[in-house]
Amino acid sequence: MDKEKKYEFNKTEEYPKMVVSFGSTLTNKTASWRTFKPVINEDKCIGCGICWKFCPEPAITPTNPPKIIYDYCKGCGICIVECPVNAIDKVDEKR
Amino acid sequence: MKKVVINGDFAASYGALSAEVKFIAAYPITPQTLVVEKLSELVSDGELKASFVKVESEHSAMAACMGAEAAGVRSFTATSSQGLLLMSEVLHWSARARLPIVMSNVNRAVGPGWSIWADDTDSISQRDTGWMQVYVENNQEVYDAILMGYKISEDPGILLPTMVNLDAFFLSHTSEIVEMIDTEDVRKFLPPYDPKYKLDVNDPHAFGALTSPEYYYEFTVKIHKAMIKAKRKIQEVGKEFGDKFGRYYDMTEAYKTEDADIILVTHGTIAGTAKETVDRLRAEGKKVGNLKIRYLRPFPDEQVYEHLKNAKKIVVVDRSISYGKEGAFYSETKASLFDYNLFVPTYGMIAGLGGRDVSIQTIREIVKTAEDNEPNKIFFIGEKK
Repeated sequence: MDKEKKYEFNKTEEYPKMVVSFGSTLTNKTASWRTFKPVINEDKCIGCGICWKFCPEPAITPTNPPKIIYDYCKGCGICIVECPVNAIDKVDEKR
Repeated sequence: MKKVVINGDFAASYGALSAEVKFIAAYPITPQTLVVEKLSELVSDGELKASFVKVESEHSAMAACMGAEAAGVRSFTATSSQGLLLMSEVLHWSARARLPIVMSNVNRAVGPGWSIWADDTDSISQRDTGWMQVYVENNQEVYDAILMGYKISEDPGILLPTMVNLDAFFLSHTSEIVEMIDTEDVRKFLPPYDPKYKLDVNDPHAFGALTSPEYYYEFTVKIHKAMIKAKRKIQEVGKEFGDKFGRYYDMTEAYKTEDADIILVTHGTIAGTAKETVDRLRAEGKKVGNLKIRYLRPFPDEQVYEHLKNAKKIVVVDRSISYGKEGAFYSETKASLFDYNLFVPTYGMIAGLGGRDVSIQTIREIVKTAEDNEPNKIFFIGEKK
């Protein structure tokens, strides 16, 4: 089964009988219900990695500067609260 | 073919034996019945080549059966009343996972007051889990319904589990003659279970993963459609079973309904008593008939309408009540008639709760109540007033 494959079903008949190999999280994005979006201000970021440590998903990369993976970030805001230099802004999600 | 004298519990065990189930998981203590006790004997004596797993609850019993069934192994379990209720969560899961498990459920009342006597409240409360529910009249039908249950459930177009419901004590602890079918003949009727998707390390799949609103709806519709499709399959399998083994089954069984003014709608053991009463009332000149409903899910709307359309009064007997409304079979029957724009006086009769006997005299009282009263409401028959 192709893990990268995105399953497209246009009508009921095309569905499999049961939820089997119904794509992995590589294809099933889990951020559709985000209302606020954290945005890293790279000028302020000191690269301490605290946001990466606290992200429960984890949807932040352990890099310097860190990157937020918006396909999986649910907008919980923990990183915004935990950032010691207030380098992460809370922005309204617009879709 | 051999004839044995066994109670309804053993008829269920022998049904699983003849179906050559490969896996049984069960919780062995109250409200469990003799069904799994006999099966554990059959397994330990080597008569049935199956794994028998004792688990710590009915919830685990069904969960274990789901695991086995997902691995492509025909599974069986048995329960009753409180045990079935404890299973509730995994009943939904097994149906939605399209695992064609067959389970016998001895219809027993739920507590408090603590009771082990006949009452349908346990299975009726699990009506919407996605399990097909068949209610049987005698021990032969217990045995037959399990064999047919696997055939219907395992059909690739259906893949939904079946619950075979038998009345406590009136069947479960009463001995009757049961004709057992030879294993070779069963094999010709019921081929081995071979699902398209199963747990297999060489062909890994993810089962039952997160399903977003974008997809969930259609999976639910598919289960409904499979249930509807099962109606025809139940008829086909019942006919094939009859052609092969001489006992025909359908979703319903009409008894002297063609010219009847009053038609009783019954299920389970009450159907047998009702048919006997119909004969006696007819001998007295009353045109009474009986429609036995075998399947609550899927519900045989078309047949219910066909058999009831010429009746002057329709009298539905329930051995349970949905508090604040009426009996489930009464609701279902009325809904079917309404769908066909048939408006006939109907009576909902609540009888036999918690194992109270429903005798020929009780059925006579039911018919008399329908004759003497205004319709479209429920009556408590056998209540101490």
